[in-house]
Amino acid sequence: MNVNLKVKRFDPADSTRDSWWQEYNIDIHQDSTVLDALIHVREYEDTSLALRCACRASICGSCGMKVNGSAKLVCKTRIAGVAPNGEQIIVEPMGNQPVIKDLVVSLDTFFNQVKRVEPYMQPDYVPESGEYIASNESMENLLTAMNCIMCGCCVSDCTVLEVDDNFIGPAALAKAWRFVDDPRDAKKQDRLKDLNYEDGGIWDCTRCMQCVEVCPKGVNPMERIMELRDQAIKVGFRNTNGARHAEAVYGDVGHSGWLDELRLPIKTFGIFNFKELIKLIPIGIKSQLVGKRPPIFHKSIPGVQNIRKIFERYSK
Amino acid sequence: MFEHDILIVGAGLAGLRAAVEGVKNGMNVAVVSKVHPVRSHSNAAQGGINAPLTDRGDDWEGHAYDTIKGSDFLADQDAVEVMSREAGDAVIELERMGVIFTRGEDGKLGTRAFGGQKVARTFFVGAITGSALLHVLYEQSLKLGLNVYEEWFVTKLIIEDGECRGVIAYDMKNGELHTIKAKAVIMASGGNGRVFEPSTQALICTGDGIALAYKAGVPLMDMEMIQYHPTTLARTGILLSEAARGEGAYLLNSNGERFMEKYAPDYMELASRDVVSRSEQTEIDEGRGINGNVHLDLRHLGRDFIEKRLGYLQEVSLEFLGIDMAENPVPVRPGMHYIMGGIKTDINGLTEIPGLYAAGECANVSVHGANRLGANSLLDTVVFGRRSAQHAVEYVKSVSSNSKSENDLKLEKERLQAILDRPKGENIAKVREDMAVNMTKGIGVWRDQKSIEGALENLKNTKKRLPNISVEDKGKFFNTNLIFALELEFMVDNAEAIIHGAITRKESRGANYRTDMPDRDDENWLKHTLVYYDSNNENNVRVETSPVTITKWEPVKRVY
Amino acid sequence: MKYAFYPGCVARGACPELYVATLEVCKLLEIDLDHEAMKGASCTGSGVLQEKNQKLGDTLNARNFALTERSNLPLMTICSTCQGVMSQARKRMLDDPKYLAEINSELAEEGLEFTGQAEPRHLLWIILEDYGIEKFKSKLVKSLNGLKLAPFYGCYLVRPSDALGFKDNLEREDSLERIIEAVNAEVVDFKGKTLCCGFPILTINEKNSMKMVAKHTTDAKDLGADAMVTPCPLCHLNLDGFQSKAGKSIGSQINLPIIHLPQLLGLALGIEPEKLRLNKHIVSTKVLLSELALQP
Repeated sequence: MNVNLKVKRFDPADSTRDSWWQEYNIDIHQDSTVLDALIHVREYEDTSLALRCACRASICGSCGMKVNGSAKLVCKTRIAGVAPNGEQIIVEPMGNQPVIKDLVVSLDTFFNQVKRVEPYMQPDYVPESGEYIASNESMENLLTAMNCIMCGCCVSDCTVLEVDDNFIGPAALAKAWRFVDDPRDAKKQDRLKDLNYEDGGIWDCTRCMQCVEVCPKGVNPMERIMELRDQAIKVGFRNTNGARHAEAVYGDVGHSGWLDELRLPIKTFGIFNFKELIKLIPIGIKSQLVGKRPPIFHKSIPGVQNIRKIFERYSK
Repeated sequence: MFEHDILIVGAGLAGLRAAVEGVKNGMNVAVVSKVHPVRSHSNAAQGGINAPLTDRGDDWEGHAYDTIKGSDFLADQDAVEVMSREAGDAVIELERMGVIFTRGEDGKLGTRAFGGQKVARTFFVGAITGSALLHVLYEQSLKLGLNVYEEWFVTKLIIEDGECRGVIAYDMKNGELHTIKAKAVIMASGGNGRVFEPSTQALICTGDGIALAYKAGVPLMDMEMIQYHPTTLARTGILLSEAARGEGAYLLNSNGERFMEKYAPDYMELASRDVVSRSEQTEIDEGRGINGNVHLDLRHLGRDFIEKRLGYLQEVSLEFLGIDMAENPVPVRPGMHYIMGGIKTDINGLTEIPGLYAAGECANVSVHGANRLGANSLLDTVVFGRRSAQHAVEYVKSVSSNSKSENDLKLEKERLQAILDRPKGENIAKVREDMAVNMTKGIGVWRDQKSIEGALENLKNTKKRLPNISVEDKGKFFNTNLIFALELEFMVDNAEAIIHGAITRKESRGANYRTDMPDRDDENWLKHTLVYYDSNNENNVRVETSPVTITKWEPVKRVY
Repeated sequence: MKYAFYPGCVARGACPELYVATLEVCKLLEIDLDHEAMKGASCTGSGVLQEKNQKLGDTLNARNFALTERSNLPLMTICSTCQGVMSQARKRMLDDPKYLAEINSELAEEGLEFTGQAEPRHLLWIILEDYGIEKFKSKLVKSLNGLKLAPFYGCYLVRPSDALGFKDNLEREDSLERIIEAVNAEVVDFKGKTLCCGFPILTINEKNSMKMVAKHTTDAKDLGADAMVTPCPLCHLNLDGFQSKAGKSIGSQINLPIIHLPQLLGLALGIEPEKLRLNKHIVSTKVLLSELALQP
């Protein structure tokens, strides 16, 4: 099968140009992966093409790259899947990370963010003999996060990291969750406190689902971040706009069945947070002027008592 | 200037376990690895780690005997005893570090069955045990602030006055060559699967450390013992863990028969790996295969069970062949997977050169003999990774000064430059591929005098081509082209040792199954083969043998 | 064609223009909207409620689906966020029959049950999949030839793709571009079209939220877009309502009108801009409409 690859190249030693595109046409078995194609190029077409790869079986996490614009492990990306009709395949280095050469990026920041969450178990006692006792359910629960192979795909496509490199990021937060939810770890409170109040912590995620979409191992980092938020609120770290926002939505829906957008920001900032509330005035005035505003009197939906009953049962 | 007490080459399980031990003992420790630690090939171990835990009725002797029987009595029994006795602590220690082993109802570690053992003593994390262990040891390395030379490639060992004093290493990110001095070096650089084609091993498994030690004068032991894993995925050669059979999967031929009944009526699919691989190959050779494969059937285990306990297998099968294991059997065949042989060490990981240790797949202690049991490799890495560091810690205290010489660095710079300066010649990939395909042909599931000699002839040709391979990329940044040239040289050394091991051993034992000599010969060959690099000899090779250590289990006929 | 209409909170709250424009367009296309079926329906939780309690959120969505099923009508939404939250909840429940049964037991008291049949779909998909693009084109009276439009989907209409049925409905991947082309306008393709608008963190990390608004709107504008079109009212709130603030943060005036999907449909169908409430935007649409020779 003929495959047409368009690869983004970069050579730090070449001062005449920044990055450039290079096309390769190769003949390869129809069941091949994008990695097979790149290896073929590297071995026979252009030995200067740099990329990382090792296991070829989606377990080592070396070969994260962008294929047609989104991050993938190329070892498990079949050509037939991304170019069913022989379309050109566009391969670029991962995003949000500096390129070293061609498809090789520096993961220094990635691993530094992982280090930020103290990614090791911190129990408060050692069993007299044998292992820590823990339910199988609690261990299986952690398996989703342990599936993370630190390939960097989620970080590559994270929309928050694109504008703010201080965000801890999906992979490191999923790692943090793995310890928060580990019954053997004794630092749950401290961890949640740090993740909750730290700049770049759990509330900075926009819930955009990019990490969910690109994660090649089903780690579902965003879901882990949502669980961290839930737990932070549960253990009492409520003094954040994020927590208040979640509480306000919960309160609105639980009370009236739908959102009261006029009052949501007030509840989010806190009624006495004049500094933030004043900032909202200009947009409020503008909305008023064009006649674009939520109703002043927020009416409940018909049959709201049924909703309230559901909320009551769940709050028990 | 880079100086350490202990320098570890390789950041897989053996390397990281050794590093943790060294740091805990107050040593200045560093790890040098050509890949980031979490990319290491330990990841690929799926099924689990064996340990006879006494608090649940198991005993070390049971595990030791299964291991020795699995080895076809070639393992040194004192070494096996060490591994079996220390296994329980090693697994408990990993759990206490944070590994999320699957549990039983009582909240204690649960087990699954594995090949060559009647007792279920394999502890596991789904089908990602190696990865789960590696990531936890990496976590520990972060906690301890371990120094890592990441993406540095070791080109040479520094040997001064007969002792190992560090390495010369190439920083792949900027192309600089450096001396890293150390009072002791632990080789934990993994296997050499790329010497064969196909192989389940990662592209990084090129036997670098084995070749470095070999060139430094250390013997390589039982290199002919190549493990062919019974269940590698058709076409791709990707490993499907023995855990599938451990959890009850069947092997079927084209008639839908569980053919293992004929070959291992007692253990069935859970006979040792060499036995199962040969049985499969017999079925395929006799026309009862399915396009060169047999079927691995998990359907009766049920979707829920498969996804929970064997999730990674299902992922691989779906992604790479489009087969849903819960619905259809998966085509598999034997594939090169592991080397039992390696750098000869004593039970403390020490080689014949003071200051040089080896642990993990690159080493041969020997605990696996002629055939390794599934789930004993992870155990080997942590037990002997720790032991070699413990021994090195004591040894380092006796070393007064570091290396003073800069001569090795100069020579290596010249050598690498000469490779870069070569005119355009042979393509590296072509030379490797030709060698590797012929290695599989000659040293396969079956072998005989003729096939081994064929591999030898081919290797002679490869060696002739080797000085003509050229590196077209002359750049300093991430020049993988140059790395592949250096790796190929290492692979050729590995191939040479393998072939000479195979040509020496005149019997069938474990993985070394010779169709022209089908019987085990304890009288003449209950011994290890040792291959030395020797520039005074023909082919630069000298072969010797050494006795197998037998403590309490006399060799008997091996039946499964 | 008749649908159980689920407008979502924002179309009845801060984006009333979306609601009105939808009614106008559907009336003209003879898409019958049933307002009664979903009258007692609640908010989907918008993904925020789920941060606190996912199962509760799923229960509310199951209840809404049960209401749809009682009406025997297909379900229509006009909000990317509602679409995504509903689709995710639906997938979780359909993937796990035990979970669905637990949730249904919560609905029993009200006599409701979600059988799995109800499936939420956005107006955008309905135009392409039910109404048909050719039929839609045949209704157009006003060519938007020369107009350059940047699509902006809203995260939840594109991710996660498995919950949104992209596998079986490949045209959903570039649905918005298809609509833009159908009305004879030119697509301004840009990387940000499937990224986050920043709305969910507006009150949490305003700085990042403004950076996102500024980046997307200036990127589109730099590529020549006259306006941006979105099927998501939450994206609209941020991209329209906070555009001038975002502009100030980067020291520039952006002035890129943000058009709701039904407003675009309506313009091409010849509905007067005022009826589509195009005069009710924060970023003025005046220049845009005058270019089209339409008065707001």
